[in-house]
Amino acid sequence: MNKILEVKGLSQVYGPGCTLCFTSTGPEFETNICPHCGSIVALHDLSFDLYKGEILGIMGESGSGKSTAVKCLYFDQMPYSGSAIFYDESEQQPLFKLNPAQRRSLRNHRFGMVYQNPNLGLNFDISAGGNIAERLLMSQVMNYREIRERARELLARTEVLTERMDELPKNFSGGMQQRVQIAKALATQPPLLFLDEVTTGLDLSVQAKILDLILEIQAELDTAMIVVTHDLGVIRLLAGRTLVMKYGRVIESGLTDQILEDPQHAYTQQLVASAL
Amino acid sequence: MSDINFAFLDEYAKREIRRSIIKAICIPGYQVPYSSREMPMGRGFGTGGLQLTLALIGIDDTLKVIDQGSDDSVNAVNLRKFIEMTCPGINTTTCLQEATLIQSRHRIPERPLRADQILVLQVPYPDALVIVEPSEDKRKIMHGEADYSRLLVKLYEDIVKFDEITISHRYPTRINGHYIIDPSPIPRYDVPRLNNSEALILFGAGREKKIYAVPPHCPAEPLAFDDVPFRIEDFTDSNGERRACRLCGSKTSFLDEFIDEHGVRIYQCSDSDYCEQQQELAHE
Amino acid sequence: MGYVAIKGGGKAIEGAADAMEYLRVRQAEGAVPLDIATIENQLYFLHGRILSEGGLYHPKLAALAIKQSLGDTLEASFALRAYRSTKPRLLETAAHDTTDMRLIRRISASFKDIPGGQMLGPTTDYALRLLRMELLNESPEQFQAIAKTLFAGLPEQTVPDSFPKVLDSLRAEGLLPKVNQAAREQPFDITREPLIFPVPRSAALATMARGETGSLLAIAYSNMRGYGDVHPTVAELRVGYLPVMLPHPITGELVEAGEVLMTECEVVAMYQDNENKNALPTFTLGYGACFGHNEVKAISMAILDRALQKGMQDGPENPSEDPEFVLLHVDGIDSMGFASHYKMPHYVTFQSDMDRLRTTRQKQEANDE
Repeated sequence: MNKILEVKGLSQVYGPGCTLCFTSTGPEFETNICPHCGSIVALHDLSFDLYKGEILGIMGESGSGKSTAVKCLYFDQMPYSGSAIFYDESEQQPLFKLNPAQRRSLRNHRFGMVYQNPNLGLNFDISAGGNIAERLLMSQVMNYREIRERARELLARTEVLTERMDELPKNFSGGMQQRVQIAKALATQPPLLFLDEVTTGLDLSVQAKILDLILEIQAELDTAMIVVTHDLGVIRLLAGRTLVMKYGRVIESGLTDQILEDPQHAYTQQLVASAL
Repeated sequence: MSDINFAFLDEYAKREIRRSIIKAICIPGYQVPYSSREMPMGRGFGTGGLQLTLALIGIDDTLKVIDQGSDDSVNAVNLRKFIEMTCPGINTTTCLQEATLIQSRHRIPERPLRADQILVLQVPYPDALVIVEPSEDKRKIMHGEADYSRLLVKLYEDIVKFDEITISHRYPTRINGHYIIDPSPIPRYDVPRLNNSEALILFGAGREKKIYAVPPHCPAEPLAFDDVPFRIEDFTDSNGERRACRLCGSKTSFLDEFIDEHGVRIYQCSDSDYCEQQQELAHE
Repeated sequence: MGYVAIKGGGKAIEGAADAMEYLRVRQAEGAVPLDIATIENQLYFLHGRILSEGGLYHPKLAALAIKQSLGDTLEASFALRAYRSTKPRLLETAAHDTTDMRLIRRISASFKDIPGGQMLGPTTDYALRLLRMELLNESPEQFQAIAKTLFAGLPEQTVPDSFPKVLDSLRAEGLLPKVNQAAREQPFDITREPLIFPVPRSAALATMARGETGSLLAIAYSNMRGYGDVHPTVAELRVGYLPVMLPHPITGELVEAGEVLMTECEVVAMYQDNENKNALPTFTLGYGACFGHNEVKAISMAILDRALQKGMQDGPENPSEDPEFVLLHVDGIDSMGFASHYKMPHYVTFQSDMDRLRTTRQKQEANDE
């Protein structure tokens, strides 16, 4: 198995921070907020490995730190501390030691990201096809017909009507906007894809289709993925391995089947029990 | 005007402009910020180009000033008078071959320039990215990282909508493989003249306070797709014949189109000096 | 033939200059040309505005600029600014303390009474804006009599020349942030350095100090109305003459070389948490100052100063908090120049535009068939 990502000790703190932040917050204290300095410890000491073609689930409720982790890895934020290495073919990229140009290059060519809110992932001032074109143009594809073809292909793959490829995304339904986002994320065939609550808020039938699509992509392209969600059903369907997070810490990790069949931590037991 | 320095600007200002020019030549296409001085003509009337000319001009220079290709256009006349007034002793000319320093608004002369000539272009908008990003701070980062994808997407969307790239003048052009410049409001017709030029071409934006350069023998490529090529203006009539200048008959120059007193649509050379020389040749 | 931009350009320009000169002197018979002193005195506020927007304190030349531009404030400021461009820099003074101002007006909205008192001075704030028809045919005799009447029988009262700063009392109580000493020593020189964002506060203030009054007012007004949340209280507005201190060429001792009329406004805005969590919160300040007597400009500046500081710290939420938006659009010389340049010939670029449109239309027609 080829390792594609190695994360060690990732932490994120909002606020001034102090020496007591980490030791006064977390699941035992039932809080993210440091009582001494008022900072929010969004994430502490997250470590995991991700392998090529594997889907890792990160599950937790609001405030668990799951989205924060992915935001740091996709360079939307810089972490407070910790390290991450991306294994890119023969090269090792220490993510938080790269300069802005190198980070942007990884974001454009080797990573893909699908946000819960399409406003973050799509440019609403350009057409659906244009959104995909933007990513292709960043990778130096300079043939108009080729760009059109590729955009059409990707939209067809994500089941967006290709007749609508020249329309602005604001005229699309939520589900369709998500599918355009996925098409855009896949445009450069990235080996690593981040999916942050991508089906939350969508109709169940739409959710089901998108989840199917994600599995197909994994099978076809061997893309490694990190799927962030609070939905047990999504985890069950997609993720081979899972991390369960609460108040910024990982409280349980392992094979998804095992965790769901035989949860060890009280919180995980609660989650599993309360799933419909 | 005896108490005003030769070429109007004080020596400190000239030195700063020259240093900016050198930096601009060393980094082709990069917009060098400089503290642009107020001049007696309005911002938007060529103060940037003017400051370049005044910083470069010497007593042995021969100056040509054109606007829309013509030496007699109001803006050119105004600038030329001012430069003559503040630089006593310089020569001025309308003949391109005699000039050492040419200041121009909106056109590059029809005849190729020589290595001993410098062309100064007047620039209203130095930054090609301004159509996709209003913030100067963000544009600076985009230029630094050669991140022009949003500009390219604009071209893509144009082709989707109109089957053509609709940018007419100020066509974004990549210099030396990195920085994309706004080549000033020259028509597309003149953009190819930037590529591998014998002469140094300088760009001065007075109001926006930037200087940039396309050095001699530098590649200058207008942005295009491999399969949707860059196209210059089309002067063919409805019979497929390339129009000619009504005065000199040239079929290779950029033409001005207007309606004369009799209501007839006519075409004549925009470059007045070129046209006059062509007419003289015809008479020989 | 009328104006065709191609030939005869030189003659046309000369003709235009003559036409302008005619506009200036067309009263002809029996008229008296504008007197420089008249402009300076009877068009006092207009004159002050030109001093401040021209960025050069030269009362006589400011009056001349108004005279030759027939009262066009943008043109007059432009002429003064262009003249300034030709002058060499002799030296730079140290920062001046406006406590030394010889005041003609000084008020505070923050307190009912202040040390030295509220001195209204010359202001239209409480005047009724009714047209004084009797001024339509004011005779020289009537005019000259007014000053005599005003001063007749006035008691000899010594009003102190300068007054303490209202903010000093707030400062003593610790309610204001500490003064940034380092910034005082190294102010940004906008006439020698281009603005590259982010810029320091001194660059913002200098840009606004010679900014166009209407431009500053419009953007500040947007903040007051809700595109922003400065909620200012005027701690002090003072108008008066600031002594300009220059070092003696031999002894180096500071000597008063003259004085400049200026307006200064300090506003106190909402308090905010101190960045240092251990220190107590303080009020935030906005500062505005300009040449001449121009209160609307000083107040607008102070509000924008506060808004920009907030924008630079927290990121702009409104145009008035965005340094690029404010500082790049308030200079009257830059903006009027560009607005005016659209009148210049643009026919080559228009030719290029026509080519694009025609090609596009042809293509669409071909597609429709």
